[in-house]
Amino acid sequence: MRIVVCAKQVPDTNEVRIDPIKGTLIRDGVPSILNPDDANALEEALKIKDENPGSEVIVITMGPPQAVEMLRECMAMGADEGILLSDRAFGGADTCATSTTIAAGIKKIKNVDLIIAGRQAIDGDTAQVGPQVAQRLKLPVVTYVQDVKIEDRKAIVKRQMEDGYEVIEVQLPCLLTCVKELNEPRYMTVGGIIDAYQKEISQWNHQDLKLDPRACGLNASPTQVLRSFTPPPKGKGEMITGTNVNEIAEKLVGKFKERHII
Amino acid sequence: MAVRVIIEKCIGCGKCLKNCPFDAITMENKIAVIGDACTSCGSCLDSCPKDAIEQEATNQEAKDLSMYQGVWVFAEQREGKIMPVVVELLGEGKKLAAEIGTELCAVVCGSQNENLAAELFAYGAEKVYLADAPELEKYTTDAYTKVINAAIIQYKPEIILFGATHIGRDLAPCLAVKANTGLTADCTKLEIDPDDHKIMQTRPAFGGNLMATIVCPNNRPQMSTVRPGVMDKAEYQPNRKGEVIRLACSFEAGEIRTKVLEVVKTMAETISLTDAEIIVSGGMGLGKQEGFDLLKQLADKLGGNVGASRACVDAGWIDHCCQVGQTGTTVKPKIYFACGISGAIQHIAGMQDSDLIIAINKNENAPIFEVADFGIVGDLYQVIPAVMEALDKIG
Ligand SMILES: Cc1cc2nc3c(=O)[nH]c(=O)nc-3n(C[C@H](O)[C@H](O)[C@H](O)COP(=O)(O)OP(=O)(O)OC[C@H]3O[C@@H](n4cnc5c(N)ncnc54)[C@H](O)[C@@H]3O)c2cc1C
Ligand SMILES: Nc1ncnc2c1ncn2[C@@H]1O[C@H](COP(=O)(O)O)[C@@H](O)[C@H]1O
Repeated sequence: MRIVVCAKQVPDTNEVRIDPIKGTLIRDGVPSILNPDDANALEEALKIKDENPGSEVIVITMGPPQAVEMLRECMAMGADEGILLSDRAFGGADTCATSTTIAAGIKKIKNVDLIIAGRQAIDGDTAQVGPQVAQRLKLPVVTYVQDVKIEDRKAIVKRQMEDGYEVIEVQLPCLLTCVKELNEPRYMTVGGIIDAYQKEISQWNHQDLKLDPRACGLNASPTQVLRSFTPPPKGKGEMITGTNVNEIAEKLVGKFKERHII
Repeated sequence: MAVRVIIEKCIGCGKCLKNCPFDAITMENKIAVIGDACTSCGSCLDSCPKDAIEQEATNQEAKDLSMYQGVWVFAEQREGKIMPVVVELLGEGKKLAAEIGTELCAVVCGSQNENLAAELFAYGAEKVYLADAPELEKYTTDAYTKVINAAIIQYKPEIILFGATHIGRDLAPCLAVKANTGLTADCTKLEIDPDDHKIMQTRPAFGGNLMATIVCPNNRPQMSTVRPGVMDKAEYQPNRKGEVIRLACSFEAGEIRTKVLEVVKTMAETISLTDAEIIVSGGMGLGKQEGFDLLKQLADKLGGNVGASRACVDAGWIDHCCQVGQTGTTVKPKIYFACGISGAIQHIAGMQDSDLIIAINKNENAPIFEVADFGIVGDLYQVIPAVMEALDKIG
């Protein structure tokens, strides 16, 4: 099996803070990480490889040159190959344009049996790139996958729903987007880290992908960001205090009564 | 729009570097340089003390967009029932359609679903595009995409709204690619630009740390998925009538490439958190899975539901259906109890619009108190039983 994993390097949004006075985003010292859902995507690919010897796991990312670090991390976890799609022309892409570039990259890889992406990237939280890549490659897609079984040329997957899950059968090749419940990503190994630095990482630009610069990046993005702002903080409310918990609890229930909510 | 540095004005102070959410700006020879990671969000514009950064319009040629008319709502049904978010979309869609001066339509796919048209009219749809075929009974990406895409090509809607449900977020991206148009995910606010009648879509990004307003100026339809539980519901008027337009739906063998083998419900209670009026949520402060039993007691007393922070879901204490927040459910109950929840931005993103928020936390500096209407500093294992006792007293 030849499996492609779509992974993105993202700022760790857990570390992002708002400057309380200026109301702006503080990015100083915010580390870049492998998008969490994509770590699950990679883990699943590696698991399938473990069960199907001779399989190959290729991680593809579109991003700036420093995304190579993330690809090395993926290789240290066990991926065989990393491909970086990087070009000034790819910059400023919305999900529509991103999916064009990634789809072109996957086409160039050829003979792919399975593509696994994360459900969503934590910087934009759109969950759109996966299904859009599938649509551009004319492949079937299942999103929100929480369990995968591969049988012959089919995958039987569980698709997470708000109130449970669906069991879905899909033919290969296909694209799956996965949620964190799918698995527990493995750690990098020392051997893996050493290997990762000995392997070449391919870098492809728009010419390698035979893409017109007008068909990628900002130029090919139907959506535009009009403005961005930090959400206005909600005013702090009232602290209820008292000499003991019973007094506090009674005060709280008193507030409910005042407001006629119970 | 692209962002550009006016070299003559730049003094190399580096403020834009620090404010760029995408880390796209570097300093070269004391001049800011905008790199590939730039998304033209414009955060740097505000940060520049010298107005040395400007946003320039890209030279995309304008297309004839006037052929596209009407606001469409994707009326997602499951097991023959309209999803609650559809009623919210119709409520919001009505406002948008009125501002543009166009009609509100619903598009519904299913099997023997004609009865749904009446319901959609009652909630304000003037036209219902109805696709009725056995293959459409359960959602599949391929079948729904085919039918709705054909309808978009034929009837040319100006705007399409989808609920940001697991189905809406699967279908909408596929349709956007087919229609070669933009899609804005998980919107929490929609407005019509009074000048050009474009839709301005506001959504949280960076785990709720940043809000972005997004437009789709040159492509149609303009598409958004809208977060459930955020918009106001449409009014139900059973006597309203409208026009039903049937959509062609025929499928060739092998055209639908996924097969739903089974649908499994794991959520014990059927009432979803989105609709709950009272939610008692617990976080890691519970210390153990059994802590949810106490929350359940309080919830039962108030006729409410139990929710949780993601940390508890990750710990395996409770099903992910109960997760409130950015990657869980967005809730807007009358009362939200946050018990032993620190108040991480991703959690707050999903509950800050509740009418009344009560936070119980041992740590007086917990960020949850910043959004709470009433805060109690204390051990939840003492406070909650005391609250139940006080409730009993008033009967
Ligand atoms: C991409 C991404 C998406 C996420 N999405 C979500 C999401 O949708 N929803 C979500 O909730 N989180 C989400 N998170 C996780 C979020 O960042 C926090 O980690 C999580 O919300 C913390 O949960 P908590 O408040 O229960 O735990 P903690 O942060 O550990 O807080 C526990 C709190 O309990 C208090 N406490 C301890 N003991 C007691 C006691 N006896 N009585 C009273 N108080 C006590 C402590 O003071 C503390 O404030 C997401 C994270 C990421 C990276
Ligand atoms: N620039 C990128 N390079 C590679 N994969 C990406 C990129 N952007 C998004 N993806 C994939 O698409 C998924 C959804 O991303 P998003 O639509 O941005 O939320 C991610 O989890 C990745 O698997």
